[in-house]
Amino acid sequence: MDTAPNFILTPLAPLAPELLLICLGLLLVVVDLFLGEKRHILPWLAALGTLTGLFLLGNGSGHFSDGLFGGMYILDAYSLFFKVICLIGVLFTVMLSVRYLDTEKMHQGEYYSLLVFAAVGMMVMVSAADMIVLYLGLELMALSVYCLVGLLKSDSRSNEAALKYFLMGAFSSGILLYGISLIYGMTGTTDLQLISQRLTELNLADNTLLFIALGMVLIAFSFKVAAAPFHMWAPDAYEGAPTPITAFMSVGPKAASFAVLGRILLSGFPELHVHWGPLIAGIALLTMATGNILAISQTNIKRMLAYSSIAHAGFALLGILATSNEGVSAIMNYMLIYAFMNMGAFAIIIMLNNRERRGEQLKDYRGLAQTNPVAAALMLIFMFSLTGIPPTAGFIGKFYLFLAAMNAGYTGTVIAAVILSAVSAYYYLRVVRYMYMYDSEKGEAVAMSPSLTAALIFAVIGVIGLGVAPGWVLEMASQSLPALAQ
Amino acid sequence: MISLSQLLFAYLATAITGLALLAVNARNPVHSVLLVLAMFFHMAGLYLTLNAEFLAAVQIIVYAGAILVLYLFVVFLVNLKEEIRVKRFVVSQHYAILLAIGLCVLLVSNMDSFALGISGPWTIEAIQQTTHIKALGRELFTTYLLPFEITGLILLVAVIGGLVLAREDKATTKGNSDDENAETKGVHQ
Repeated sequence: MDTAPNFILTPLAPLAPELLLICLGLLLVVVDLFLGEKRHILPWLAALGTLTGLFLLGNGSGHFSDGLFGGMYILDAYSLFFKVICLIGVLFTVMLSVRYLDTEKMHQGEYYSLLVFAAVGMMVMVSAADMIVLYLGLELMALSVYCLVGLLKSDSRSNEAALKYFLMGAFSSGILLYGISLIYGMTGTTDLQLISQRLTELNLADNTLLFIALGMVLIAFSFKVAAAPFHMWAPDAYEGAPTPITAFMSVGPKAASFAVLGRILLSGFPELHVHWGPLIAGIALLTMATGNILAISQTNIKRMLAYSSIAHAGFALLGILATSNEGVSAIMNYMLIYAFMNMGAFAIIIMLNNRERRGEQLKDYRGLAQTNPVAAALMLIFMFSLTGIPPTAGFIGKFYLFLAAMNAGYTGTVIAAVILSAVSAYYYLRVVRYMYMYDSEKGEAVAMSPSLTAALIFAVIGVIGLGVAPGWVLEMASQSLPALAQ
Repeated sequence: MISLSQLLFAYLATAITGLALLAVNARNPVHSVLLVLAMFFHMAGLYLTLNAEFLAAVQIIVYAGAILVLYLFVVFLVNLKEEIRVKRFVVSQHYAILLAIGLCVLLVSNMDSFALGISGPWTIEAIQQTTHIKALGRELFTTYLLPFEITGLILLVAVIGGLVLAREDKATTKGNSDDENAETKGVHQ
């Protein structure tokens, strides 16, 4: 018997952005070997490559396909949107890295290469329509990020962060695989569309074991997006990692994990919404509470932003809860906005980082308004946006998320979210108070660099622009949704 | 009535779990590695009961043959007599044990509701006709081509990452560090 399928090699043209980034990652390693002292062109090469990737993504936006490699890889507007967020995250990180790597004397060319490979991993994740591809994309991203977190080798905090992140990541991958294997055993497929079909065909909608398997997948992704009670690793990992990588971790991998979570739950398991709905609501509530309340007591600003990132993951979960196109487009919009405001805040932290002072303690921000009014004003905008004060983009992001969850009938959860959002004002605005209401201890000037300036301008345009004219992103996001099998 | 294969599975599963627990708890790293070796053999046995002879062979050749020997080399080179003691990351071990037992009970008590899904085209007869390696190779390079390629990329990242983390920092050894790095790279690749 010959069971060989009629095999046709998938045309590779639609994969151009991914392939370009893989080549870029390889090129960066090789070029680094021969450059010696001229290493400073590496970030420009990485930025140029990422920009070309973004251009190719935009170029291919008309040619969607829902079945590359036998249906394992989907190119739709949903994945395109998240890919754009991921690449914007990479671009920001590269811009933030130049000066940071200089002050920390980190001159590994592989830094940018690993960053690019992490981006490829995220792109695979968001395009995956098959559990195996999804898992491999996740591992590709995670492995690159584990290494990046531990790159400050002489800093014991960085070592600890990398080890914790690695152990927790490996553990959550194990749980994810267990969940996937059970789902495979009961449906006989790893294809998300097929899983959804077979759930009804095989009458699995109220099978307890399948529910447990889905729970395991949920737990694994809760680890990845640092949702409570699986957030324990995040503050340590975020604090110890090199600051640009912290910024990257809170934007790229998080957005990719949310994209995957959305795809699994909404395209693979929509029938089970009665089961996972309350579960997600509970996780969201707990995450918002833990993140916002624990952030209050932090004096290290990186740690505070880590808790804030946990809290924001809780807000974003509200969009998944809504199980509507409205909810998903709200998440997409929010993730884009979050990328801009968070990257902006981290750019300021890196700006304040020099050899004597890490710029990580809250007291480093004393009197910043006197020593550097522009930096203080920008930080003010980013903090307002993270709190969700209009007319910044943060307000728009939260508004649509809350609206979506409200329309889906989760009024209680939304009320709690609004209250906790008010709590968050305390710790975000405390930074503002330190900058504007205290005198500076010693008048230190902050050093600027072209790439950092570019990052800040880019971020502030994003935060104000998306706040003032939010319509087009939401429209783009909601256009992409019919593809998500609703 | 328990059949022979069920009995075999029960033995193998208990042995794998037991050996894994012993390996984690062993104080001496060499004992630990040897216990893992025994566990790998039992896993190969498990594959045999599932009619996956090729996987069983690969399990022994790759895991027992290559990876474990590498572990042993590391243990010999580092010369660890006792395990390194670091501060616990988690507050209490008891919660972990409790959670693990809870998960185990949850899974075992719900095993009844497991229903086997729809099988694919590769039945045991089909595999016996085409032979294992041919079937596996054909699937790997056609249906699962994309995952296969991504796996390659993951291995590449693992090599680059391991290299970056393991080599000496440049800030400390400025002068001839470039040559050194080039050499280490050669060795690792």
